[in-house]
Amino acid sequence: MSLTQPVGSDHQLARLLQIGIVLEEVVEARSAKHAEETGDELDPDVIELLEHASTESAEHRRRLEELVDDLEADTVAFEEIEMLVEAQYESDEDFDGVLYDQLCNEETAYKFYDDLIEAIEASDVSFSVDRARLLDVLSDIRADEAEGVEEVTDLMEAQQ
Amino acid sequence: MNSQAQYLKAIYLTQQQKDGPASTGDVADMLDVSPASANEMIGKLEDRGLLNHEKYKGVDLTDDGIHQAREALQNYCIIERFLVEVLEVEEFRTEAKQLEGVIDETVAERLDTIIERDPKCPDCFDAEDDVCGLLEVEVEATSD
Repeated sequence: MSLTQPVGSDHQLARLLQIGIVLEEVVEARSAKHAEETGDELDPDVIELLEHASTESAEHRRRLEELVDDLEADTVAFEEIEMLVEAQYESDEDFDGVLYDQLCNEETAYKFYDDLIEAIEASDVSFSVDRARLLDVLSDIRADEAEGVEEVTDLMEAQQ
Repeated sequence: MNSQAQYLKAIYLTQQQKDGPASTGDVADMLDVSPASANEMIGKLEDRGLLNHEKYKGVDLTDDGIHQAREALQNYCIIERFLVEVLEVEEFRTEAKQLEGVIDETVAERLDTIIERDPKCPDCFDAEDDVCGLLEVEVEATSD
């Protein structure tokens, strides 16, 4: 489903970037949790993938936080999200395995950034952050997520 | 969520409140659009088999329409809860309405992994107060 509404204000843009930060934090915290819970049973390739995903998410978060700072909005503390992931993790009955969860993370993130870029491009609002820089950052992150989807899919196929 | 989903959600909630078909005017009021725009979209949704529209009687969702409306309402509940529980946004109703057109259901599903939501969602949604009936929030004016 594609976006129908352009981003309407600095405030809304900051809110959407905050959601991006939370999504990255969820990826980071869940990857760490998976690795911790199932570390001994996991294939070294999967552990490497999770570590890479976690490092990449932290870098995405840092870049998004810079934009949120420029919009003079607050960011969301990683520790807070880590706690929420921890609290809900036990009751997550839909958990279908580490790689499947990681694929959902990457696909969701890709869709989010793709929609956000489309909504910014459709907007005629003059944001407080430089539009070209904003779109560059989001396009870079989207490209990483597309690569991430491919990497997880390749690994899933190799393990079958 | 696109505008089709927002319409289905509004019709579903209006039908619940009225305990019967929803009038085009009520749907237009809920979405803050003109009756002409509401009529146009209702015609499209009827063509897609999501509702039946009888003149002078109103709009009635089909089973497919109800299914999609409940999914849309569930996404809306996730966004509201996320705004309250994680970002501690006071004007969460206004912001949820702005975000529901921008947050896709796959993104909502991921946000759902860090919030507390009752398994009976979206049946606990209080249409009049425009918030989940189980969500503990300070009572605030619902005019937004």
